[in-house]
Amino acid sequence: MAGAWRRPISTGWPRSEMLDLGYNTMLVATGATLLGISAGVTGTFLYLRKRALVSDAISHATLPGIGLAFILMVAFGGDGRNLAGLLAGSALSAWLGLLAVQWLSRRTRLAEDAAIGAVLSVFFGFGVVLLTVIQTMEAGRQAGLDSLLLGSTAGMLRGDALLIAAGGALTLALVAILRRPMEMVAFDEAHAAAMGLNVPRVDLATMALVLAVTVVGLKIVGLILIVALLIIPPVAARFWSDRTGRVALLAGAFGGLAGMAGALVSASAPALPTGPVIVLTAFALFAVSLFFAPARGVAAKLIERRRFRERVHLRQGLLALAQGQPIYEAYTLRLLVRDGLARPDGVATQDGAGRAAKALRDERRWAEARAMPAHEAVSQRYDGLTEIETMLTPDQIADLDGRIGGPRGVA
Amino acid sequence: MGAEFVMLSLAPIVIGSLAAIACALPGNFLLLRRQALIGDAISHVVLPGIVLAFLVTGQVATLPMMAGAGVAALAAVAMIEAVRRLGRIEPGAAMGVTFTTMFALGVLVLERTDTSKVHLDVEHALMGNLESLIWLDGMGWHSLLDPAALAGLPPELGRLAIATAVIATLIWLFWRPLKLATFDEGFAAEVGVPVRAVGLGLVVLSALAAVAAFDAVGSIIVIAMFICPPGTARLMTDRLEMQVAWSVFFAVLSAVLGYVLAGYGPIWLGGTDAVSAAGMIATVSGMLLAAAALFGPARRRSGAGAGAA
Repeated sequence: MAGAWRRPISTGWPRSEMLDLGYNTMLVATGATLLGISAGVTGTFLYLRKRALVSDAISHATLPGIGLAFILMVAFGGDGRNLAGLLAGSALSAWLGLLAVQWLSRRTRLAEDAAIGAVLSVFFGFGVVLLTVIQTMEAGRQAGLDSLLLGSTAGMLRGDALLIAAGGALTLALVAILRRPMEMVAFDEAHAAAMGLNVPRVDLATMALVLAVTVVGLKIVGLILIVALLIIPPVAARFWSDRTGRVALLAGAFGGLAGMAGALVSASAPALPTGPVIVLTAFALFAVSLFFAPARGVAAKLIERRRFRERVHLRQGLLALAQGQPIYEAYTLRLLVRDGLARPDGVATQDGAGRAAKALRDERRWAEARAMPAHEAVSQRYDGLTEIETMLTPDQIADLDGRIGGPRGVA
Repeated sequence: MGAEFVMLSLAPIVIGSLAAIACALPGNFLLLRRQALIGDAISHVVLPGIVLAFLVTGQVATLPMMAGAGVAALAAVAMIEAVRRLGRIEPGAAMGVTFTTMFALGVLVLERTDTSKVHLDVEHALMGNLESLIWLDGMGWHSLLDPAALAGLPPELGRLAIATAVIATLIWLFWRPLKLATFDEGFAAEVGVPVRAVGLGLVVLSALAAVAAFDAVGSIIVIAMFICPPGTARLMTDRLEMQVAWSVFFAVLSAVLGYVLAGYGPIWLGGTDAVSAAGMIATVSGMLLAAAALFGPARRRSGAGAGAA
């Protein structure tokens, strides 16, 4: 189990170890926050390029590299658990995994999603084979490599914490440098190419960044869930804006928040793996965005639909009042009563009678306008709700009124 | 070989092959419909499903766990659809949001509940326990004719055999609508094929395969078998009938070869301990795919032809 057995090397002084934990936690939380920001921003461009799940292949493809790095380091007499070495190995095999995805989807008839699935399962499977090899090795009994599957920051070594903080800062610096070109390519590929950008190279740089985020995130989030940090914050941020730059910044903020929350919560309770906490925090942000974001959120859409329904019913109710027809629909009558346009027995109030007459006149004007070829363009905007006065000039309305009022066909 | 092989290796090989076939069959259609990663998503959410079942029943029993996994798989499919529609999000990202969240939830609940008394953990869900499915009553090949000994076969074998048979039968029965809906959805709808029902049925079938297989062989094989054998087969032929046949062949080949290499390979190399069979089966299926990608007669996109490289 991914757990907390990898304790810090005892120094013999419990007090200083306690202090270490506090300092380490701070370092890890900083690293996780920086990593979350980088992941959110990078993931935005990945998402906009519709390649979000490529990151899943990349992250699963780290496992054989981790295993081989461990075996090699032990073979050369080193400590197999050296995090820097493990991360270097993971980067190398993740790169191979990415190449395999591209090779399969470009050189064969297999679609990219199939290539992703094939690479992630095969690389991961081979990684598991290597893990079982390591378990049989003398040095492998307590390798604790499976903490890289789900992430664990409990009892982390000082050097590892420093490495993660530095890694987080590094990915963020890379994001800052590459943000502009990535944004241009994500926004409009053809335009970016016309501006002299090398689109394949920018895509490659994006992928390299995804890889860097994955590798740095291995220890914190774990390789199974790191993909969530690249996917969920951008998807959540997308609800709040249509502008690429803003989506990216917001995704960064969401990712950073999730990373920090995960690291801090996990450090407070040893049996709590970091990865799941980070993912669930990110998902909470996503759920809030999905329901409550203005304009694109579900609540906003429901309110909009309700308003539309009210307008349709009010309009139909007013037309019925104007023409002296009874109102059968209870909902329509309720709306009319609510707005003080009709009494509960269906008779128009003074206010209602005025509005009804106006609605009827509007409808007549529309009918007239739609019959005239000259107003063809405007006629297409007819939806039974828009007032014609907002579409035509007063002169044109006067002309319509003249036609309605005057005798027809007699010139 | 002989008695020892029958006792230790026959049941796992048969179970592995059945699991591979069960996943590869629906995998063919998922692959062609560009839904290959549905299998990936489903196998990630199997974990929260079994954790849920454990929380409800308080024990590790097969049927509740399979029911829980099935419920989780369908919940995941519904959630992917909901996220996709409500937020107008592309399917890949919707899938990523869904399966990572559900997997994270499963891991978290698992870590927070006391499962020390039972064998239930993430590794088991990932890697299965193919090696432990030995046939204690199998004293030799003659045991295959002995009803008493056959009754001692691992129960996973019977379950998977039934699941595989159900899947194969359903695909055979609905072959025409499946094929039509896969290749030309518009035309299929025109001639009266209930396209949406076919799509949903395929996903349910895949969930059935994943749930039946994961218990014995773990998620890795499930994902690999959903994609690799059908993918390999796709590079061999242009005809769907042939592709399905090839995929079954590659699935069985991966399972048998993978298991044998995992169990006996290290010994041939001078080692003493076997390596993960699940991992090796996935590895072999990847090797087969790589070989087909290099040499398969239908490896290029149709239209590109042999002449136009």
